Amino acid sequence: MISDELVQLLTPEGERVSHPEYRSELGRDEILGFYRDMVIVRRLCNESTSLQRQGQLALWAPLQGQEAAQIGAGRALAPMDFSFPSYREHGVAWTRGVPPRDMLRIFRATTTGGWDPQQYRHSLPMVVLGDQTLHAVGYAMGIQRDGAEEAVMTFFGDGASSQGDVLESFVWAASFNAPVVFVLQNNQWAISEPTSLQTKIPLYHRAHGFGFPGVRVDGNDVLAMYEVAKRALDNARAGGGPTLIEAYTYRMGAHTTSDDPTRYRVDAEVEVWRHRDPIERVKALLAREFGVHKVTFDEVAAEAEQLALQLREDVLAMDAPDPTMMFDHVYAESHPLVEAGRREMIELGISGGH
Amino acid sequence: MSESIFMLPDVGEGLVEAEIVAWKVAVGDVVTLNQPLVDIETAKATVELPSPYAGTVTALHGAVGDVMAVGAPLVVIETDAAASAPSAPATTPEAPASVGAGRTPVLVGYGVAEDDAVVTRRRRQAAPVAATPVTPKPDVAEASLRPARSTPPVRLYAKQHGVDLATVTGTGRDGLITRDDVERALAGAPTPTRPPVPVLTSTTRFVGREIESWSTGPLEERIPVRGVLRSMADAMVQSAFQAPHAAVWVRVEATGTVALLDSLRGRPAFAGVRLSPLTIVALAVCDAARHYPGLNSSYDAAAQEVVVRRRVNLGIAANTPRGLIVPNIKGADTLDLRAMAVSLNELVDVARAGTTTPEAMLHTTLSITNVGPFAVDGAMPILPPGTGAIIAVGQIAKRPWVVGDDVVARPTVDLSMSFDHRQIDGALASAAIAHIGRFITDPAAAIIGG
Repeated sequence: MISDELVQLLTPEGERVSHPEYRSELGRDEILGFYRDMVIVRRLCNESTSLQRQGQLALWAPLQGQEAAQIGAGRALAPMDFSFPSYREHGVAWTRGVPPRDMLRIFRATTTGGWDPQQYRHSLPMVVLGDQTLHAVGYAMGIQRDGAEEAVMTFFGDGASSQGDVLESFVWAASFNAPVVFVLQNNQWAISEPTSLQTKIPLYHRAHGFGFPGVRVDGNDVLAMYEVAKRALDNARAGGGPTLIEAYTYRMGAHTTSDDPTRYRVDAEVEVWRHRDPIERVKALLAREFGVHKVTFDEVAAEAEQLALQLREDVLAMDAPDPTMMFDHVYAESHPLVEAGRREMIELGISGGH
Repeated sequence: MSESIFMLPDVGEGLVEAEIVAWKVAVGDVVTLNQPLVDIETAKATVELPSPYAGTVTALHGAVGDVMAVGAPLVVIETDAAASAPSAPATTPEAPASVGAGRTPVLVGYGVAEDDAVVTRRRRQAAPVAATPVTPKPDVAEASLRPARSTPPVRLYAKQHGVDLATVTGTGRDGLITRDDVERALAGAPTPTRPPVPVLTSTTRFVGREIESWSTGPLEERIPVRGVLRSMADAMVQSAFQAPHAAVWVRVEATGTVALLDSLRGRPAFAGVRLSPLTIVALAVCDAARHYPGLNSSYDAAAQEVVVRRRVNLGIAANTPRGLIVPNIKGADTLDLRAMAVSLNELVDVARAGTTTPEAMLHTTLSITNVGPFAVDGAMPILPPGTGAIIAVGQIAKRPWVVGDDVVARPTVDLSMSFDHRQIDGALASAAIAHIGRFITDPAAAIIGG
């Protein structure tokens, strides 16, 4: 299933493997940092799913299984680089410093945003499928014109890879040699549609047709993800143009909390991927190669637990906004129809709070 | 210590209700934060609800099988006030969710409309609810506080004539009380009384779900159309109103099929393979398609083309716990007898397990519905959309059969075929069904003859 073309530096068993082009020279602290990131985002994601099941969030899009793809790529970004996520990139948001509570605001429907994109150099979650790739390429063309030594990274999935928007963004990125890295997390399922129905060739091959390099990475290998993403970003900053990274991974959970994956895929498949867990292999490497002790792993777990409790507390404390807030940013300036809608809502007596 | 009520949340963006599938805790259990409490099934998914509180369970609302309204109390937990989240959509027991008195506490994003006020429908009233000692039910006023559904002119009419609409059964859409209903009430038409009939309390399955018995169920029950039921209904309407159906049928002797199956059973090559007359019928239908490719065709009205396919994706109507589905065997025309039997076994097992994939139900070209196991002789099926013919197979049974000038008892079977008369005419249909009939009468010769 996983071909020779796949860049992998760490096997599911936690053994290092060599690759002709890429190698990881990260030390104990950096790798332990990746481990901590992945454990924390998984724990926060579990808590978010629970909060949704308890009626505290309208929706949640779990990331389980994709921690390495997101942490590896996110940690490769330089502070001034800019990233454009879809709605599942909680791990990337974590690497950019977005507070977890702010990630949940939009899922609690208390805001249409959640954070200041400029503050974290990380755009707001894009729910419209694949749109963020166009925003990313546009932004990349902008910094290209600014002469800034920055790069842009955008995240989307195998489902979005069938969207016209994504393919158009490939055309523009190639034509203008835009400093952008496309990170395609191929998690095998576009809701209930398997990748095999979306494409007849490996997705990373598509880049060649547009005229820029594509590379497939073991998306459950955080070391490989980091190295490939870092090189692609360096290349973009140096004027080398776009790269498509296909992170070959698996969505262990549901598409969103409104989805029931048992209706369209078999347990045996999930079981296969459970053995390719992105966190366990790093833990094995840390223990064997760097002698990291159980005490340290326990500390990380305790920290994740504490952050989960804090997240719960923060979410429960969020006030419902005045519903008329939704009229505030439809247009930059006042618009008569929007104002009429706002007045109507007030007249109907629909006001803030529960 | 204080009591917190966990109310059924909307777990799927706009749902109004969910069915209780399994309780994971009992009254008296001590639960931790996020410990699984209950499995519920909604229109979208079956999910596990984790506890929003740590504490002791003091009440469970609803039994397995009950359909609960979103916003209705589900679990009451006595919490150590300091340790547990105080806010949330939980209310204290002193403020039970009111019925009809406006909005119940709003969960995230979705208000509870007045019409949807806390109502619990009992799916199985006969089932003992004693297992779930329940605190005072907030739904006692279930119907009485909701105004009867009617229209203003009819309300006025009823009022003028002194008819209490609460006593009138509506026959209009969604139980709407019409003027005729009021007039019937005025005419003193007897309200339907239950005739003295045997008390039947066992539940049955209908439209892919368990429904209450004749004796225990409500006089009128409304079942939302969704899932497999909706797929079936849509497909049947689409087919029935777009494809002009016609049918042919034939009775044939099945001695050869019965004998062949008997001779194969017990052979080592067929160990573990379930054989049935359907195996032979499936081969026969594929063989008919090979001889009469027009049988394996569909009418593409949009393109104004008839599509002839030289590969059979053989649909088999399957009765599953979720309802009727028609998965298919891709490339069934390429299979030999054993491969066909194995494919049918797999298809049936997967369907019964409820794990048939959407892919398995796509691109059917020709179908069989096997009604024999239901002990009927025949059926006039409706075509699955996008196909040209469907063959119904009745039960094989001994019936009078004329051999020479004698009437003898022989196993026979009735075969019928519905076809799309836009592209398939009676001559082709007759030739095809006759071909299938000959195959069943003498399958060995047909198989050897290719």
